[in-house]
This record gives sequence, structure tokens and C-alpha cells, in this order.
Amino acid sequence: MNGTTTVTTADTESDAVPGVIEPAMGEELLSVDNLVKHFPIRKGVLQRQTGAVQAVDGLTFSVNRGETFSLVGESGCGKTTTGRLLTRLLEPTSGRIVFEGRDISHLGEGRMRPLRRDVQMIFQDPYGSLNPRHTVGKIVGAPFKLQNVKTEHGVKKAVQELLELVGLSPEHYNRYPHEFSGGQRQRIGIARTLALRPKLIVADEPVSALDVSIQAQVVNLLEDLQNEFDLTYVMIAHDLSVVRHVSDRVAVMYLGKIVEVADRVSLYEKPMHPYTVALLSAVPVPDTKRKGKQERIRLQGDVPSPINPPPACRFHTRCWKAQEICKTEEPQLLQLAPGHQTACHFPENQPASTPAPAATDES
Amino acid sequence: MTEPQDLTEPQDQGAPRDTVQRIPRGEAFLDVRDLKVHFPTDDGLVKSVDGVSFKLERGKTLGIVGESGSGKSVTSLSIMGLHPPGVAKISGEIFLDGQDLVSSSREEVRLLRGKRMAMIFQDPLSAMHPFYTVGQQIVEAYQVHNEVSKSVARKHAIEMLDRVGIPQPDRRVDAYPHQFSGGMRQRAMIAMALSCDPDLLIADEPTTALDVTVQAQILDLIRDLQREFNSAVIIITHDLGVVAELADDIQVMYAGRAVEYSTAEDIFDRPQHPYTWGLLGSMPRIDRERSERLIPIKGTPPSLINVPKGCAFNPRCNYAHLNGGASETDRPELLDVGDGHMVACHLSPKNRRQAWETDIKPKL
Repeated sequence: MNGTTTVTTADTESDAVPGVIEPAMGEELLSVDNLVKHFPIRKGVLQRQTGAVQAVDGLTFSVNRGETFSLVGESGCGKTTTGRLLTRLLEPTSGRIVFEGRDISHLGEGRMRPLRRDVQMIFQDPYGSLNPRHTVGKIVGAPFKLQNVKTEHGVKKAVQELLELVGLSPEHYNRYPHEFSGGQRQRIGIARTLALRPKLIVADEPVSALDVSIQAQVVNLLEDLQNEFDLTYVMIAHDLSVVRHVSDRVAVMYLGKIVEVADRVSLYEKPMHPYTVALLSAVPVPDTKRKGKQERIRLQGDVPSPINPPPACRFHTRCWKAQEICKTEEPQLLQLAPGHQTACHFPENQPASTPAPAATDES
Repeated sequence: MTEPQDLTEPQDQGAPRDTVQRIPRGEAFLDVRDLKVHFPTDDGLVKSVDGVSFKLERGKTLGIVGESGSGKSVTSLSIMGLHPPGVAKISGEIFLDGQDLVSSSREEVRLLRGKRMAMIFQDPLSAMHPFYTVGQQIVEAYQVHNEVSKSVARKHAIEMLDRVGIPQPDRRVDAYPHQFSGGMRQRAMIAMALSCDPDLLIADEPTTALDVTVQAQILDLIRDLQREFNSAVIIITHDLGVVAELADDIQVMYAGRAVEYSTAEDIFDRPQHPYTWGLLGSMPRIDRERSERLIPIKGTPPSLINVPKGCAFNPRCNYAHLNGGASETDRPELLDVGDGHMVACHLSPKNRRQAWETDIKPKL
């Protein structure tokens, strides 16, 4: 019986994939065009600008309604900054963020406020993101107060329904955050996020602080909520196993740039950018049969500083395929297969139609 | 494998497979027996480790896995003798090459640290002194165990930094910890831990704070150095991928006790304990396309002050009802279920096989 269940699920999955590649089904909810965020570095008495941390440097992507779009990359690649730009917790240096057809890149705080109902955020740290002096009721009820939303049976009832929705008990209403475990606190944060029924949720490492058994509970909860309320997620994560499990499409970032965007299946089965290939090959696989057999690409050195990133292709200093052109000409993010964009002069796993360079087998 | 330098008994590959409790003293290089570490607090007695036994040979790697609060780090700190006196109540025996560490004085244990055993911590920034250069810290450790001049020790420090892959080690040796990146700091700490070629290396979540490409470098490094020095290695982690890659044997811990112990192959291919099943089912896979939802373990880990009666896992276990109440009343002992595969669970062999074959295996 179990065998049959697995097969049907697998079928639905493979059916779902073409839908992901051609985003005709879900209309565009959010689009980002050449988004840039530089943090100025000031020095001296006059506080003159002497440089800038180029945290995010020209991102272009779009997110469709109802999908889970993940941003992955190592620390310092700009994924968290991107999340904060999307929710407009940070002001972009340049570029455009369009949400439901409306340019929100430079809206002031007052004009941004009504939009906050639609765009919400889940934070990484379930300890730092809840006020320790407020009860759960006050924390989860805050969005109603701030947005002056009238609820049918009062705020308390609404909060208790939210608590039940995320798997907590309504009796938790009067408790304080310190009385809960990490996983439960993350649920409180999720309840608060859901209060105003947002359309888009930016989740910044929502499960990385949790133990593996609790992590699975929260991942399943996020999935259930997405199905129930037709939510769109932008997931920011560094754990490539979790990303493979939850995402429809994935963007890989390196030093403030997107190097590759693809649907989940193509990205994990046929990664094109050498950085993605190296990243995937580095993850230890929980399978003892592959012990010692895993072909691993060792990247040399550390990620360069975003204050002074390498010219042209930013990955060329650590790339084993780099040639002269990589140091002089910046590769553009081009579509090399349906729904699969890569910014590289010498991509791996190219479709047969284009002349394929020697591909390394990393799986 | 190179010639073992210091074994008191002939090397016995199958040693950890024997019943752990019945071994004559000093047979294995590291032999932990019925270790208990309790912390008296105002709220009650915290039983962080409550009767743990295992053995480890030179050249072998033991992986200890479990969630936060399962007692894995507390176990390793007791082996290293790093619990402050008067805070922890430690009982049981820890034999390192025949010498019992629990009954040894602090000074005796101090002399063993560095040369006989060393530890890699999760957070290198708090494990290194911010006031001294990286070189000074390695030199200090090296000079404690080797009567050499400062310049010789410094040369050794540069060599060690080079070995762990720090660029320009002759310049970097004079840098302070804060001038290193996270990955480099972790490597510097490994260089420090390995500077005296320790016989036992304990790595407590050595790569948890690191990015995945750096993690791969560090794991390679630990493996290479172990091969070279034939050290015994304990790797403590919650990442099942890391243990699958490094460990020969795996001990799964829950609420201060070992619930399962066997070879890495057994734990991944034929796990026997419902908690191990839960861990494997909770884990998203990088190596294959998803087929189903994750199967989490219900509930949360217990408080170590009020550990559930009987099997500590029973409130979260889907199979506890099959045992006629034994799970709620009797604590299961860690017993051999065949081929040295040790499990602490009341499930009958028939029920266990059935649960594994029908419920668990098809979904993993």
C-alpha cells in the first residue's frame, strides 16, 4: 500500500515540474529589477565615504504567486540583505522592487504601512525576535492593533485561532516567550506573521536554529499553511537539503550576485554554474554507501571581501574553469535551458544543442 | 594503516561489538563505562548524562549524534576533565589507555590534555584567547609537552598552520584570532589541537558554524590528520551527513543515555530504535528528489530534571503502546540484538522488524 502511495506522489511531483518551468500558471507577484544595496564605509572626521560594502549588486528575478522561491548561498553572499530589501526594512541604493504591479522600491514608511499586511517576515532567531516582556497574546495580537484591523469576535479569539493553526494551544495566550522551547517560539513567530493573512512571506533561515526533529515539524507546518492560505514564500537558507525539500525554484547567490536560477529539479540534477556544482558537491550525504566515493570539488581559499570584489566574474578567483575572459568580461545571467538561467562563460551540464565543455560528474 | 604505537592489548577490530559492560580493564584505547554526569541546581538534579558506556580504538572514529540536551557535549567535556570542580557530580569510569580519568586528580588530567587528548570546539572565537596571537597560543601548548626552545616551537606552529591550509603561515602566525575569518579560525584551532599529535581527538560540532564549502575542507582535514597519526576520534554532531561520512561507529543519544550503538552502516541501513527512525525521517535529503512530506518526531525533547519514567522516549514514540506498558515503567537497557548492534528498546524483535519494514523503510 505504501508503495502505491509513493508512486502516485512521485507522479504528481513530475507533473508539477513543467508547471514550474513555465510560470504561466502562477502570475507574477513580485519582481525585482537590477536591485542594488551598497552600505557606505565612512572614515575620518568629515565622515567622507571611502568605499562601500557591495552587499547586493544587481539582482533581477521574479517570484510567482503560490510558489516557494529560495535564495541560497554562503555567509556574506547578500541573501539576508535581499530579504530585508524585499520587505523594505532596508532602502535599496538603486533598482526596482515591484509588488503586485506597484513599484515599492522607495515608498516612505507611511505609504509602506498598508503594504505590510501583504508582505511579512519570519526571522531566524526565535529567541531574539519575540519581546520577552510581552505575553504571547500581545505578541501575536500586535499586528491587529498596529493595522487597526477589526476582528469579528475580538482580538483574543483571533489570536487563539492563530495559535491553534500553528499547533500551539489557545491556553498559551497568557504565557511569556521564555516558557517555550525553540520550536514553539518559532511557531509563535509564524502565528504573528500569519495574523493579517499576508500574500508574501519572506522567511530568513526559518528552521536553521532548530533541532532536526523540530525542524521537520516546522517545515511541514509551513507547507500546510502555504496550501491552506495560498501563500508565496521567499525562503532564505543556507541548508541545501532543506532548500531541495521546500522549494519550487532556487536562486544561488555569490558575493551579491545571482549566479544561477532554476527550478528545483534542474538545479539539483543539472547544475550549470561551477559555484553551484561545488556547493552541491560539498554537502555531506547521509548515506554510508557513498562514503569516500563522493567526488568533491574543493574550492580554494575564502570568499573575497564584498568591499573590493574581484572584477568581471566574481567567482573567477576560486573557479577551476576560469580563463582570461572571466577576469575581463562579466558573464550575463542567460537562459541556457527552459527556466534555467546561469551567469557563466563556461557552464557545466549544458543541453546537447549547445557545444558542451567537458562536464565533471559531481553526483 | 600505520603501526599502532601504544596499544596495551593486541588490536581487536571487533572490540566495540562485544557487550560494552563486560570488558576487562584497559582493553580499548578509550573505554567509558557507566558514565553519569549530574548537575545539582535550584530546580532539581539535572541528569545530563545518565549511564553511558562506549569504547574506541586508535585509528577509529566514533560519531555521537543526538539533539540539543541529549548529553553529547557533556560526555566529551567529562572525558577532557573540563567540568569545573564542585559543579558537576561525575561517576563511572573513563579509561584512557588504561588510566582512569574520573579518579585522577585535576593536575594529572591537565598533563594529559594536549598530548594524550585534545578537543576541537564549536566556537573558535570563544576557545581562543583574544589577547594572544594565534602563534603564541600554539607555542604555549607545544612547550608544555615538549622541552624545546621558543624558536623551535614557533617553527612548529608555522608548520602546523601550513598543514591545516592557512595561507602565508609565516605571517599569519603573528595574527590575532579576530583577524582570521571563521573558517581560518576553525583551522587555527585544529592546528592548536593537533600540535602535539594527540592520541584522542574530540571534535564537538566542529563544522556547525561554518559554510558548507569550508565544512568540506575541515572534514577532509580531520580525516587526513587521523590517517597520519592513527588517532582515535570522537565526532559529536547533529548532522547525520557528517557522521555518515566520517564515523566507523555511531552512538545515538537521547535524554542523557545511549539508545542505539552500532557501525555506521547498521545505523543508516538497519536502524533499530524508534528515535533513530525519527531522526532519519525528519531529515530532508540532498541526494534525491522529494517524494513525501518529512516525518517529524512528535512533541519536544524532555526536561533533564523530569525525565519520563521508563523509556525516556516513550511519550514521543509511535510504538510504545505495543509493549504492554513496559515503556512507561521500565527503563530499557542497551542490549545486543545481533552482530553487536546495541539497542535500548522494549519492542519485540517481531514488532520491530514489522515496524521497520512496513512503516519506516519505504518512507525513508
